[in-house]
Amino acid sequence: MSDALLSLNGVHTHIGPYHILQGVDLEVPRGGVTVLLGRNGAGKTTTLRTIMGLWQASKGTIQFDGTEIQKETTPAIAQREIAFVPEDMGIFTDLTVHENMLLAARNSAIDEERLGWIFGLFPPLKTFWQSAAGNLSGGQKQMLAVARAIIEPRKLILIDEPTKGLAPAIINAMIAALKELKEMQTTILLVEQNFSMARAVGDTVAVMDDGQIVYSGAMAELAADAGLQERLMGLSLEAHQ
Amino acid sequence: MIVKLLSGDRPRSKMLSAVLLLILFGLLFAPFLFPGTRSLDTAARICIFIVLVASYDLLLGYTGVVSFAHTMFFGIGAYGTAIALVNMGASYSAIALGTVCGALVAGAFAFVITLFSLRVKAIFFAMMTLAVASAFLVLVSQLSGFTGGEDGLSYRIPREMTPAFKLVKEKVLGVRLNGKLITYYVVFFSSLCLFLVLLRMVNSPFGRVLQAIRENAFRAEAIGYKVVRYRSVATILSAVMAALAGSLMALWLRYTGPATTLSMDIMVDILLMVVIGGMGSMYGAVIGAVLFLLTQSYLQNLLGLLQESLGSLPIVSEVVSPERWLLWLGMLFICSIYWFPKGIVGRLRGT
Repeated sequence: MSDALLSLNGVHTHIGPYHILQGVDLEVPRGGVTVLLGRNGAGKTTTLRTIMGLWQASKGTIQFDGTEIQKETTPAIAQREIAFVPEDMGIFTDLTVHENMLLAARNSAIDEERLGWIFGLFPPLKTFWQSAAGNLSGGQKQMLAVARAIIEPRKLILIDEPTKGLAPAIINAMIAALKELKEMQTTILLVEQNFSMARAVGDTVAVMDDGQIVYSGAMAELAADAGLQERLMGLSLEAHQ
Repeated sequence: MIVKLLSGDRPRSKMLSAVLLLILFGLLFAPFLFPGTRSLDTAARICIFIVLVASYDLLLGYTGVVSFAHTMFFGIGAYGTAIALVNMGASYSAIALGTVCGALVAGAFAFVITLFSLRVKAIFFAMMTLAVASAFLVLVSQLSGFTGGEDGLSYRIPREMTPAFKLVKEKVLGVRLNGKLITYYVVFFSSLCLFLVLLRMVNSPFGRVLQAIRENAFRAEAIGYKVVRYRSVATILSAVMAALAGSLMALWLRYTGPATTLSMDIMVDILLMVVIGGMGSMYGAVIGAVLFLLTQSYLQNLLGLLQESLGSLPIVSEVVSPERWLLWLGMLFICSIYWFPKGIVGRLRGT
């Protein structure tokens, strides 16, 4: 695809003695949601962390918006307008919700209109605006983590399993938020194990196994083909349906 | 106005506000409320240590950097002023030059230390600072031609700042208005200004990033902050502040030696003051310094009084003997950490 915002070509990543990513080729088209599926340990999180420079790619290139970024430091990559919502949410628990958002906006003033929109998506953030983020519930922390990634318009948002361990009502709020972001033409790369969530928001899909992409195509195709799902993901998919 | 001076960092507890006000007025009117050389000396030390401890808290409490080189920076400031006064004579220009040079050298030293060691893990940075500080202490003791060695340096300060200078002939409220009093107020107002500057720093966007780094450095990087750079700037600012506090100490004591500025004992005291007062709060530095120095100065007297009144009881009077004051000091610290694990300010704020 020529209009890919992000493309990984033959990316290898080693973590200590382990060879985790073994030649990942992945294209993330502009203005859509790409879902990265795969069983536990397939390398999905490592892919996101390698894109952010939190692990250094030992081989291969990562192109973002026409520039190679695989040698850059994490802060430099983040400043290229890539937001990352890690699996552990990584919020600053000692700081207030407000301060967490200020940090995410990198100390430029928070856009009131955008903040109003975020409060509409995640009302609890407004209620607990001045409380320490450590006192929020798990679902509220996840809301804050996503809100932090979208407080400023970013070119690309990487989200690692936003629905993990959350109640269905909060999952629905997440789906609604991602759908709104999609309408605003935001490019999102989403790691997800929950297939119904993936199907609800994904435009394109890539399936990983053993550190490689084993399938990529349109979400609609995969969603319609039960045999393909079975072949690609086997039990892990059924368990989440 | 007051909130603005405090950079929006309200004490957030009535009790804490009351205690802070009490300390502020106590120090402001100390020469009149508690006349006498010894109490004035304690008050001046409290002012200086508030700045020193607060600048250490900027590193430890706000940024999460453990350093044992803080007394080294304190010493560099003190020696800067002392050496200038020895070599240039008792003039204000010597004080100014010494203070500025001390601060600059401390900042440069801190910069060099951060260059080669902030990238390493926390414990190695702590060990590195310990090594550098110990080496510096030995160096100062050995370069006796320049630093006075173990004996330190004694020097004169401008006449207007010495007890020999009389502002007015008569006593005011029973206190002689002499040069020592002027020096006290120089120390007091300089410390107050430095403290407010530190308060401003930690409540700025810069301070917020430091807190984020303390909690999760990787996360701060992923948002786009260069962690090493922020840590370095915090280390340098903290060193400069410590050096300025050192210059005030040199001015107040009219003597600078390894024991009053560089020793590891002072380093441990600073650590205790930060922890007792409450890490990660500038007000903790105030409370910690006041409590610690008052205890250090007056516990012996208190024990003496106790022993007198309990003189008839054989074992008890032995235990509360003033000679055993260090034992009681240690017990007090253990108790305070047991009951206030988040420091006194943490407890007062109910967090």
